[in-house]
Order: sequence, then structure tokens, then C-alpha cells
Amino acid sequence: MLKIIKLKKGLDIKLKGEPEKIFGAAEKPAKYALKPADFVGITPKLSVQEGDHVKIGSPLFLDKNRPEIKFVSPVSGTISAINRGEKRKLLSIVVTSDAQEDYIKHDVGEWEKMTREQIINIILESGSFPFFIQRPYGIIANPADIPKAVFVSCFDSSPLAVDYDFAMQYDAEYLKAGIKVLSKLTNGNVNLGISKKMLNSTIFNTEFLDIKNVVITAFAGKHPSGNAGVQINHVNPVNKGDIVWTVKLQHAVMLGKLFEKGIYDANKIVVLAGSQVERPCYYRIVSGAPVSIFAGQIKKENEKENRIISGNVLSGSRIDEDGYLGFYDEQICVIPEGNYYELFGWAKPFRMKKFSMSRSYFSWIMPDKKYELDTNYNGSVRAFVMNGQYEKVLPMNIYPVYLLKAILASDIDKMEQLGIYEVIEEDLALCEFVCTSKIDVQKILRDGIDLMIKEMTS
Amino acid sequence: MRLREIIEKIKPAFSKGGKLGMFSSTFEAFESFIFVPNTVAKNKGSHIHDSIDLKRTMSIVIMALMPALIFGMWNTGYQHFLSVGEEVSFIDTFFYGFVKVLPLIIVSYVTGLAIEFASAQIRGHEVNEGYLVTGMIIPLIMPVDVPLWILALSVIFAVVIGKEIFGGTGMNIWNPALLSRAFVFFAYPSKISGDKIWIAGLENAQNAADGFSGATPLSYAAANEIDKLPDTLDMFIGIIPGSIGETSTIAILLGASILIFTGIASWKIMVSTVAGALFTGLLVNMLGGSPYLEMPAWQHLIMGGFAFGAVFMATDPVTSAQTETGKWLYGFLIGVVVIIIRLFNPGFPEGMMMAILLMNTFAPLIDHCVVQSNIKKRMKRKLIL
Repeated sequence: MLKIIKLKKGLDIKLKGEPEKIFGAAEKPAKYALKPADFVGITPKLSVQEGDHVKIGSPLFLDKNRPEIKFVSPVSGTISAINRGEKRKLLSIVVTSDAQEDYIKHDVGEWEKMTREQIINIILESGSFPFFIQRPYGIIANPADIPKAVFVSCFDSSPLAVDYDFAMQYDAEYLKAGIKVLSKLTNGNVNLGISKKMLNSTIFNTEFLDIKNVVITAFAGKHPSGNAGVQINHVNPVNKGDIVWTVKLQHAVMLGKLFEKGIYDANKIVVLAGSQVERPCYYRIVSGAPVSIFAGQIKKENEKENRIISGNVLSGSRIDEDGYLGFYDEQICVIPEGNYYELFGWAKPFRMKKFSMSRSYFSWIMPDKKYELDTNYNGSVRAFVMNGQYEKVLPMNIYPVYLLKAILASDIDKMEQLGIYEVIEEDLALCEFVCTSKIDVQKILRDGIDLMIKEMTS
Repeated sequence: MRLREIIEKIKPAFSKGGKLGMFSSTFEAFESFIFVPNTVAKNKGSHIHDSIDLKRTMSIVIMALMPALIFGMWNTGYQHFLSVGEEVSFIDTFFYGFVKVLPLIIVSYVTGLAIEFASAQIRGHEVNEGYLVTGMIIPLIMPVDVPLWILALSVIFAVVIGKEIFGGTGMNIWNPALLSRAFVFFAYPSKISGDKIWIAGLENAQNAADGFSGATPLSYAAANEIDKLPDTLDMFIGIIPGSIGETSTIAILLGASILIFTGIASWKIMVSTVAGALFTGLLVNMLGGSPYLEMPAWQHLIMGGFAFGAVFMATDPVTSAQTETGKWLYGFLIGVVVIIIRLFNPGFPEGMMMAILLMNTFAPLIDHCVVQSNIKKRMKRKLIL
């Protein structure tokens, strides 16, 4: 019998443009890019020049402070551009694909018998180490650490998310291999978090329990129950000095492929979703692909502007029409921009097209209605007045407002005591959504985490 | 859209550096009142936002105050004509009260908003909507005959000393509306205590009806004249003398249901305040000793400002306890303190104002204890594992 954890708090925002469970055919783009800004907690140091030829798995840049952590090319081809921004900040490295399957081969031999050190070396060498994100801080893990546990969330509860039960149907074997790899990296458990709906899943079944140290926990509840942070908090919370690693499910599959096939296979499954998408569905693409391959799918209505988001609508990043999908992102969401004025919007009794968690509007009458939400703030920024709102959408034993106030006051001790080690932006994303005063919760949290890191290293 | 064009045309002058840049906060307040701004989500973070904003929140609270206000206007007229022994139509009764109450509301809003706008402008902040509620509550907790200049002074005191010196809305420790009442209470006690001041025109009346006293139920009770208390139903409906908005428990309950249903005010605070009052009341009932002490505890709930305070002022999100556990304790203690002040303090027949202000002072301490226990739990967790 699996342990089922019921989470009462949270919020499911139902949006129009949910992905249909079919795979669409995306065109093969010529250019791919790796964006150093996707990787938190590293200083990129280039290891290629414009014009260089690279294979799939050739390093494009390294972490300056830990050069063993490599960031590799998802495709083979030539480096066609190295884009820099202000102060020569590295923005992206663009590779023009030669459409060849020219992989760097790694000698994985009988990997199941390898030691932890050998496994880590292959992961580092292949450029797969950026898959490992450590909690606290949500930064790329340190290969020298031995985490007390590894967490893989097997469902995404955010709006318009990938349904892994559907998406992973052809990759179940690799996933198993990947989880086996993970089990060699920790002395503690590899925790798989599934949703209660997946209890009868054909993929996420009890066969995983045959792997040493694997624990499956089921979660019943609304978003953010699928966030690794929430699952860690309920299964094996991060205390001061603890280190836990999290890995995205698709990255676990890629680890499986690395050790089964000996190659860095950057293929992944994404969804193109949102109200501004003609036919939202799943796609198989290569990591680092440009969103321009979906240009034909994006609705163009009489000058209505669209916002393209790499990642989910609650914590993703806006990208341009010629931008590239983020390394960790599995969703491309397209929603309308909200740069319009609404006459007496706040005073309208109904405002049926907008959604509110509170009952001050009437969206509670139709709990199953799907909304076409845009990017408008729906109000102006104000001082913090309301209380009790954030707590309703954070299923963790943390006082978010007190944590945020400690951050604003730069009070390191308080931040630590109030649980900053346990949360990253995505965990508080709903707080930002529901906030009456329109406060940038996620930005404040990241500033606090950055301050913590600075304080701890100095 | 014509209006939009006009606003766009005059906007540059009001923005920072423009000719009228000194009024930028004022301009923002009016512009965002008319139009929900076109601000869009930042490049990183939540790209969608809930449709609630502070204007919506505050307008719901004002809606919830309407039953108490309208009943208060009618009751002002009713009590007046009762005191002079005249019988007039419903419309005339209401109209009398309307004319009496409206100037109070206007003075409260004009004075308060003027300070809010000015201080927002000085600080370069946006104008907060909080005063729209405070400005409506203040007249409702005043006796109808309070002189307008005293009302204005009390508003100035409440907004400046109670709110702005702490950094404005969201930073204040005490409920500003109650501070204004406390100001009148201590600076001009004769205007807010006694039997004559609760009914319009009674103080200087030459023509008061024979035997008409004008005392509130609480003053009868405080004098141990329980047998003179009005009918329970009259107290529940609110056909009794008192501050303008506080008399009708039923109108306040109507407001409470709006606040609880929309989730804007905390039901936990309301429930625990009532629980605290009943608990203390029952305890005192058991001890007994005088007619007032033996008066059934539940009667306290429909007398004086208890209901109004519990629903509209104890629940102020800024000055109440912020943690969910803290709210239970905070509300309960308000209930306890109200009854203690009412029963055992010879000076004031009413205890609600003092109880809430006192617990406003202690709310941060309550929260501190709750948060500290969360911290301790987190620290302990490490030791167990």
C-alpha cells in the first residue's frame, strides 16, 4: 500500500487551450540554442568559438568555478552565434544543426556494477549534471555532495501541464534505468511523487519499488502538489545543512538513455498550449529548439498581441517569437497580452471572463469553467494589506508572509528559521497569482535566496 | 473611447517631471479608479493574476456596511421623532436621518482623503484604498450629534497619528477608525458619553417627550437597571439609541454574511470574538452578584458596539492577528476583554473600542508566538531525524 498524502491547500487554475493527447508533427529547425541564464548558480565560461564544429554532447560552456560541470550541445553542427548582452553577459550560444546523428559516445559498460564515483563521472562528462538541482536554493547541485535524498516528481500539477502518464508511455524502460542511476547517487531514498490519479497507472507502477531505496508517495490535492518542493516538505524536509537533489522526470529518462545507450540524447516531449494556440497538443522536439517552429500554430487575431512563455504560466519566462525553449521547460504557453485599460473593471459586478479565487467575483459559481486569462495585472500595485491569502495556496508548514518580510528586511537568521531552505519560486507562484496587492512574490524570494547564497559563501 | 483619449492627453503633465508632476499620486488614484491599468506581468514570474484587487476588496466591505448605514439613517430619524413624541411617515423618518448622517460621511471622507492624498504625494507613493472603508466606518461609530469640527479633528488624529506616521496603510498598529473614536472619547468625553447624546437633537431639546431618557441599553445595564432594558427583539433589530451604525445586529449580520461569503474578512475572528464574549459572560453569570452580572451572557452580543466591532473592526486585516492560529486567540481575547470592561469598569459602559485597540496592540505578540512555535518545530525536526 502506498502512502497517500492529502493536501488541502492549493489552487487549480483552469485555462483554455489544454493540450490534446496526441503528438503533433513539428518541423525540424535549423538552429538550436543553449541559454546560460536557464542555469541558476553558475558562472558560464565559454569553451567554443563561433564557427567551431560540435557533436551532440560536445561542451559549449562550463561553470567557471566548477569546470567539471559541462553544458553540452543538444545537436551536432556549427556554432553560428554567441550572443552577449550588457557587460558582455553571455545570453545564448546558437548551434546550426547539420541534421546528423553525430553523438559523442560514452563508455558505460556494465554501469549497474559501477561505483557512485564512476557514475557521477559519466554524468559530468556527458553534460548531464545540470539535470541535478539542489534544494536549498534551487541551484545546480554540487557533484562533491552526497544528497540525503533524491526527489523526482512524476506529475506536473500546474495549469496546461504535460501529463506524464501519456507522454512517457514509450519511455518507461529508460525511466526505470534512470531511476536506477539515481538510486546509486544517494545513501537515502529516491522518492517518486505520483498523483492520486496515477495509482492505476501502467507506467508509474510498483515495479519501481523493486529498485533499491525507491519510495513512491502519492499526493492528493491541487497545484502545487506536483512541485518537488511541496513533496520534499511532506516526505523528508530540508533542514539547515541538509542537501536534497531534485531531477525532472524527463531528465531521469535522459539519464536512463545515457546509461543504456551511452549517448546524451536531448530529445524531449513538450506541450504547446494556451488559449492562443490553434491546436494545443504534445510534440517531440530536441531541447533548445526555437519556438518559431510553432509559429503556424499560434493564433493571430486582429492585432491582439500574444505572450509566449517558456515554462508554465505561473513561473515561466517570457520569450520572443524567435526565442528558444528553456532547458528545464516542458511547456510553451501562448496567452494574450493584457495591455489594455478596462473601464471600471474593479466595479463590474460580474466580469465573467476573469477568474478569481476569492468570491468577490462570481467565478466560484462555475468551478469547471475554463478561462482565457491574459497578462493584465487586474489592478495596481499596493502596500501589503490583506492577510490569509497566501496561506490558502501553499500546502507547506511555512508562513509565507513572514518569510517574505524577513527577506525584505534582509534578516538572514529569520529567513533561515522561517524555511527559506525549503522553497523556490515555483512553490510560491500561486501566492503571487492570488495577491490582492499584486506583489512580486517570486522575485522577492529569489532575491532572498541570492542573499542567502552570498552570505553562506562569504 | 473618448474618456481614455482625454486621460492620455493630460497624462504627460501629471507624470514625474511633468508640469503637474507634484500631483502624480493623485492622478494615478483617479486614473486607476476609472480604468483598471494596462500593466502587464513581468517577463519572469506569474504571467496571470487573480482578478481581485484592493479596490474590489474595499468596495465589498463598503457594500457590507450598507445595511448598517441605511438602518442607521432610519433609526436616527426614528429615535429623534420618538424623543419628541411625533409620529411621521417612514420616508420622513429616513430622510431626517439621511440629512443628519450625510454631513458626517462627507466630512469624514473629505478630511481623511485629503490627508491620504497629500501624504501619498509627499512620499511619492500610490494612494491606498484603505481609507474608503475607514472613512465610512468612522461616522457609523459616532453619536449622531457629534459636532462636525470634532469629527474632522478626530479623523485628522486617526489618519496622521494612527496611520501615516507608521508609514501609511498596511503599516499601522491600531485600527484607524477606532482611534478616531478613542480620540473623541478622551478629548471630548461629554460629546460621546451620557444619556442625551445618542439621539439627534435631544441634548438641547426643549420639547422632549415626557419620561423619555435616551439612555442606551448599556447605560441601563451599567446602572444595574436590567429591568429597563429594551425588548430583546428591539435590540436585535436595532430600534435602540446608540452610535449610528452599531444598533442593528440584524443589519450587521447581513454585512457579516457578505464578508464571510466573499472571504474578505476572517470568519475565525468573528466566531472567536463571540465565543470569547459568551465564555466570559457565562463564567460571570455563574458567579453572579448583581443584576447586570446575572444578565444572560448572550444579551451582550446584541448590545452596544459588540456586533459592529466584531464584524467590521476586529477583522481589519492590517491590525488583526495575521496567522490563522493567532486569529483564534486574538478574537477570543477581544471577546473576553469586552465583557470584563463592560462589567467591571465603572468608567465606561462600553468595552468594544478598548478591547479591540488593546488586542490590536497585542496582535503582533500573538503572531510572534505562533510563528516562533513554527520555527521551533522546524528546528526540532532536525534533531529527530
